[in-house]
Amino acid sequence: MSILVENLSKLYGDARAVNDISFEVHSGEILGFLGPNGAGKTTTMRIITCYLSPSAGSIKVEGHDVRSDSLAVRKLVGYLPEQNPLYHDMNVLEYLEYTAQLQGVLPPLIPKRIKQMVDACGLGEMKHKDIGQLSKGYRQRVGLAAAMIHDPKVLILDEPTSGLDPNQIVEIRSLIRDLGKQKTVILSTHILPEVQATCNRVIIINRGKIVADGPIEDLQRSLHGGEKIILEVEASANQSFDLIAVQLKSIPAVETVSLIDERNGTKKLSVETSDATDIRKELFQLCVQKGWGILELHRVQTSLEDIFRQLTSDSTK
Amino acid sequence: MKLTNIKYIFLKEVRSFFNSPVAYIVIVVYLAILGWFFVSNLFINNMSTLRTVFEMTPFLLLFFAPAMTMRLISEEKKSGTLEILFTKPIEEYEIIAGKFFAAWALYFFTLLPTLCYYVTITLIGTLDAGTVIGGYIGLMLVGAVFLAVSVFGSALTENQVVAFIVSLFIVFGLFMLDKVLFYLPISLANILEYISVDYHFSNIARGVIDTRDIIYYISAIGFALFMATSVLQRRRWA
Repeated sequence: MSILVENLSKLYGDARAVNDISFEVHSGEILGFLGPNGAGKTTTMRIITCYLSPSAGSIKVEGHDVRSDSLAVRKLVGYLPEQNPLYHDMNVLEYLEYTAQLQGVLPPLIPKRIKQMVDACGLGEMKHKDIGQLSKGYRQRVGLAAAMIHDPKVLILDEPTSGLDPNQIVEIRSLIRDLGKQKTVILSTHILPEVQATCNRVIIINRGKIVADGPIEDLQRSLHGGEKIILEVEASANQSFDLIAVQLKSIPAVETVSLIDERNGTKKLSVETSDATDIRKELFQLCVQKGWGILELHRVQTSLEDIFRQLTSDSTK
Repeated sequence: MKLTNIKYIFLKEVRSFFNSPVAYIVIVVYLAILGWFFVSNLFINNMSTLRTVFEMTPFLLLFFAPAMTMRLISEEKKSGTLEILFTKPIEEYEIIAGKFFAAWALYFFTLLPTLCYYVTITLIGTLDAGTVIGGYIGLMLVGAVFLAVSVFGSALTENQVVAFIVSLFIVFGLFMLDKVLFYLPISLANILEYISVDYHFSNIARGVIDTRDIIYYISAIGFALFMATSVLQRRRWA
């Protein structure tokens, strides 16, 4: 077990930022931490990295308790904080050297580690520049390089791709995936495709509570009630939406039909079924039978976005 | 206790003093003000003495010590870099000690050019070496107390202006204590005199190095740094 969180709570005054959560992370796992703003992601990460102390509960990182053995935990963990704070008056090499020193990297190994990180994060051209002069994307890379400078067993990344352009995002994600093979990685984000692209497990938290925990496919399956099919048809003018809806509902599995868009005699409909049976064939035959021209017919997968919204919206009402 | 951690923080802070205008402004302004008083008094009094240096410096330090240290911790709080320091395997007192020694080093470099006055005066007259050595040791100690207190002031807040004013207030209090003794009953006056920075300095500046004065300085520096460390620890463990 790489990280073990048990009954963790954090209070700010009377407000409960994190409310009695428990989970564990194995080494070699990339865990996505998902939740709306203010859900408690950053607070949880700050407690794991020993920036804040827990109000109740315990966290063990590789067997070391964050309270009683804090220095050992901090030696093992590499951390990229949320706003990526950096010393703007230092240049990239100076900063990496400073973090390596403070992380306890042995002095003879420091130049080699710096070189590896500069190469891995693509900082070669910028290494002599002051951090204050770098663009946000490069600063993010400096932050990542600094977090990994001591080759940590555990990597905690709070929104690692914020501020990067699409190319850089792809690079950083593949870097994280590579790292995740030997290390334990926790990354937080509110960009949902990012979790799908990089993580093999996700925890969704909302209002300080874990609302879902598991591999992405499991989450999709468990919340997957029925199927959703998008159908766009061209029907003659006298065929109103209601008429079409009644016809469609004659197929047994169809539960609801709703109109998404209507223009120039074409109607875009969303057809939802009560269970997971595939009704595309029936839909096709019905359209042929009624003489409606099919412009579009496809099945929509329940995306992480839907799961996320289902899990986090009802409790905020 | 890891001296290497203190050394790394010390070197980083010294470098950032000298990479920014802070060090140069402090040194130039201090020397300009001191030089003006030194030269204008020297020939009027017609005495070969460094008294101006030893009398003016503690007074100038009331402003310079808070100015030199005000950003040391408050800026880390404001820019969020404290989160980087706090998640490294280093202790709070190592952070405080490294930063304090860096400020003390800057102060040392500020005093260093005043040795020119020593050279100049020995060329035209005779100077008592004992009082000069005592005076400089005293200045380093007074400076250390003021800087340690100001590091504490900087740890209290993320606003540099607030850090400056709080530090100035405390330092001014320590400086003024032995100047208000007339108004107080004797029992209280003795205590205040002992707490006063200037009282101990005047002993050392005469060339008399007494262990009581040294103990006072070391305990005052230690107490201020301990308080600064506690402020940081409270932030993490509260």
